[in-house]
Amino acid sequence: METSNPTRRAVLGTAAALTAFSTAASRAARSEQPPASVSPPSQALIRVNGKQLTLELEPRTTLLDALREQTDLHGTKKGCDQGACGACTVHIDGKRVLSCLTLAVRCVGKEITTIEGLADGDTLHPMQAAFLAHDGMQCGYCTPGQIMSAVALVKEGHTQSDAEIAEWMSGNICRCGAYPNIVAAIREVVGPDGKRG
Amino acid sequence: MIVGQSIERLDGRLKVTGRARYAAEFKPPNMAHAVLVQSTVAAGTVAGIDTTAAKAMPGVLQIMTSANAEKLNLKGASVLQPLLQGNEIFHNGQHVAIVIATTLQQAQAAAARVRVRYNPAEAVTMMEAALNQASVPRNFSNGRAEPDSRTGDPDAAMTSAAVRVEATYTTPIEHHNPMEPHATIASWDGDRLTVWTATQGISGAQLTLASLFGVPKENVTVICPFVGGGFGCKGTNWPPATLTAMAAREVNRPVKLEVTRQQMFTSNGYRARTIQKLKLAANKDGKLLAIQHDGLAQTSMPEVGEFAEAVGLASRMLYACPNIGTSHRVVAINQGLPTYMRAPGEASGMFALESAMDELAVRLAIDPLKLRLANYANADATSGKPFSSKGLRECYEKGAAAFGWQRRTQAPGSMRDGRVLIGVGMATATYPTNRSPASAQIRMMPDGTAVVRSGTQDIGTGTYTTMAQIAADVLGLPLERVRVELGDSRLPPAPGSGGSMTTASVLPAVQSAAIQLRDKLFVLALARPPAAWGTAAKSDLRLENGVVQGPGAQVSFIDLVTREAVSFVEAAADVNPDAASKDHSSHAFGAQFAEVRVDPDLRTVKVSRWVGAFDCGRVISPKTARSQLIGGIVFGIGMALMEETRVDAETGRTVNANIADYLVPVNADVPEIETIFVEAPDLVTTGLGVKGIGELPMVGVAAAIANAVWHATGVRIRDLPIRLDKLLV
Repeated sequence: METSNPTRRAVLGTAAALTAFSTAASRAARSEQPPASVSPPSQALIRVNGKQLTLELEPRTTLLDALREQTDLHGTKKGCDQGACGACTVHIDGKRVLSCLTLAVRCVGKEITTIEGLADGDTLHPMQAAFLAHDGMQCGYCTPGQIMSAVALVKEGHTQSDAEIAEWMSGNICRCGAYPNIVAAIREVVGPDGKRG
Repeated sequence: MIVGQSIERLDGRLKVTGRARYAAEFKPPNMAHAVLVQSTVAAGTVAGIDTTAAKAMPGVLQIMTSANAEKLNLKGASVLQPLLQGNEIFHNGQHVAIVIATTLQQAQAAAARVRVRYNPAEAVTMMEAALNQASVPRNFSNGRAEPDSRTGDPDAAMTSAAVRVEATYTTPIEHHNPMEPHATIASWDGDRLTVWTATQGISGAQLTLASLFGVPKENVTVICPFVGGGFGCKGTNWPPATLTAMAAREVNRPVKLEVTRQQMFTSNGYRARTIQKLKLAANKDGKLLAIQHDGLAQTSMPEVGEFAEAVGLASRMLYACPNIGTSHRVVAINQGLPTYMRAPGEASGMFALESAMDELAVRLAIDPLKLRLANYANADATSGKPFSSKGLRECYEKGAAAFGWQRRTQAPGSMRDGRVLIGVGMATATYPTNRSPASAQIRMMPDGTAVVRSGTQDIGTGTYTTMAQIAADVLGLPLERVRVELGDSRLPPAPGSGGSMTTASVLPAVQSAAIQLRDKLFVLALARPPAAWGTAAKSDLRLENGVVQGPGAQVSFIDLVTREAVSFVEAAADVNPDAASKDHSSHAFGAQFAEVRVDPDLRTVKVSRWVGAFDCGRVISPKTARSQLIGGIVFGIGMALMEETRVDAETGRTVNANIADYLVPVNADVPEIETIFVEAPDLVTTGLGVKGIGELPMVGVAAAIANAVWHATGVRIRDLPIRLDKLLV
């Protein structure tokens, strides 16, 4: 059931509560004891860019770390690991999601798309081509997340004006400051009336 | 000519497809993961570290502390204690342990179980508490400038002047926060070390690591094909890179360490807090009679190092003024070592100078732009040297015209859009033109492509692109037949990517290598010339479209290389700055024009329009250069309105050590930005005519916004960032 899936925040929250409880219960005993054992990694099948990948997942492993450490899909970036910068944006079942706040085990049975899954062979996705044409990047580190957000944004329909595009792209930080070029790239993809795309 | 054309950046395709590989994304076999543990006190000593529980955690390989870390060769090292070499604590967030485990999750979990006991000592965590300890910097501006300067008699001129402005400006601690956190992978093979690390300077990292581990420079290979932003915080080999190499040696397998976003606030420098006293004196027509600029900046405890924010250098040269004094002092406190941050010195210093110029214009009741023009300098006011090139007047004129500056009305609060207050402000931008020795090599391959190689970095500024452009032009090759290799210390050495000097340093070397390669191709072609060439000489030949074209016949590069039966034909160049540049004062210039909209009740400030006109010399790649200009202005908007690292005075701990509470501009914060190139080539300093671009566009941004906010509200903010609480007066 969707609502019963544990988010990373909930898991961390539970851990914090348990720590607080054990501290109150027996501080001395805790420091003597070996740490509570964590669930060992187990194999899980995760579908990424149309392919089934077999990953070794601990319950606490985020989708971001699973992708970056266990696959060659390093295009999804770790900028803050706290859900504040957008560099790790991927699509889960077509919606933009922060992979650093998503537990990988939660993704079993879902369709994940990363930046590597956007192009059709050597043919760039129109959004990738537009970012290239408008130089919507400098260092390139936030770029995969920006593009994944931009593709989702078009689907969401938040493209009526440049101001609306800028507002709905504000979850993706670009420290190099390519923002005007990013808006121009999205504008090119959706056309002047924001309908195309 | 491909130079000067607006082309897509050559590494762009790799970046938009996610295939560009950054430091943390290499995968040597059997790699372990490391996580840092940081001090929670700002001063004192580590009394003991209990690693028992942490060591018993699953997957933990080793935990390094000062008790078991290897001793490094610290002779000549600038950063000492944070490398686990001693027990003393000099700032909160200092690295005190490093946990190495099989997986990242295991290392993170174990790091949380390391228990550190301290003998805390009283810490001085705020510079205001130690102003009476201010001292002269020991190594100001890396020895290229004196901390104090005095031309004429500023004190006397102040006393007798008709109009004076005197004010104190403060700027906060700021953090670079590149989107890619620091990351290093280290791997030892005997006494040979390979590191993949996020750095703006592979040469510097190589030298530092070789020295610390006591191995020859050649034994250390530093690899960094892509840098996810640096802005100065990846310019030095900071402790995490060294600690990773120590960890890899300790567990005898490759180790990766990614500094967390929180740790980025205490691991790799920051822009120092400054307190600047500015005094200006002028006659009634606005002619400057005296400038006195005295800067105080925080630095770390001397055991950690020293960095002096050079806020007063621009005040020495920017305006024609007979009496100029500047001074720089540092205040050592229990904070980490500050460092260069985009436009170091100028970003903070020009906030003060250009705010003070605006205050002077208000006092004199003259237009701020006219005040700048009235004091336009044709020579460096302190050194007396002529400028190697200066297009500032054109920047003022073109910027003002594009912005519609003449529509400005003088009185504060006099421009409105309905109930919203409109303010417009301007400021000058300037940044020195720097250049360092650099080398490059070009290989013509048997398939007719050229490989351009230099041990430089591309931090997003377009180095891959500009290197290819300049080589393609000399060699007569289309861009798609030029490949660039950089970011590897085995390549010919080049300077660090800082001080806006990469293009000015590396491109002359690439050009020189290309010219020599062209000559080699001529010689090879003439050794076995086509019959039609007859007695043709070098001067009858030219390179175009991958062939040596002579009278009536051509030889392709492919034929030239293959018939020699070699792997490639190569030329290399090692280029030093021209001595003639020492006789000149070399700078890039610009004019910033800002419009802000301020809510009259809530006092929220929104930057609504921007025009920046920049003399950044000859422009090699207009598309990537424009991106840098826009990016610099955005960085400046952050400095003006948002960015401030808050430190808890009691503990010395950074309160907002994350990128949600440390505010940086997001897409919706940024207005339409118009940039104008005023190309005044600097042929003296760089030969190619280029100047730096990276830092210039953020200089003056904070002052232009502060001046616009004054114009909208009548409130003068001298303490950055400009937040609404400071406007609710």
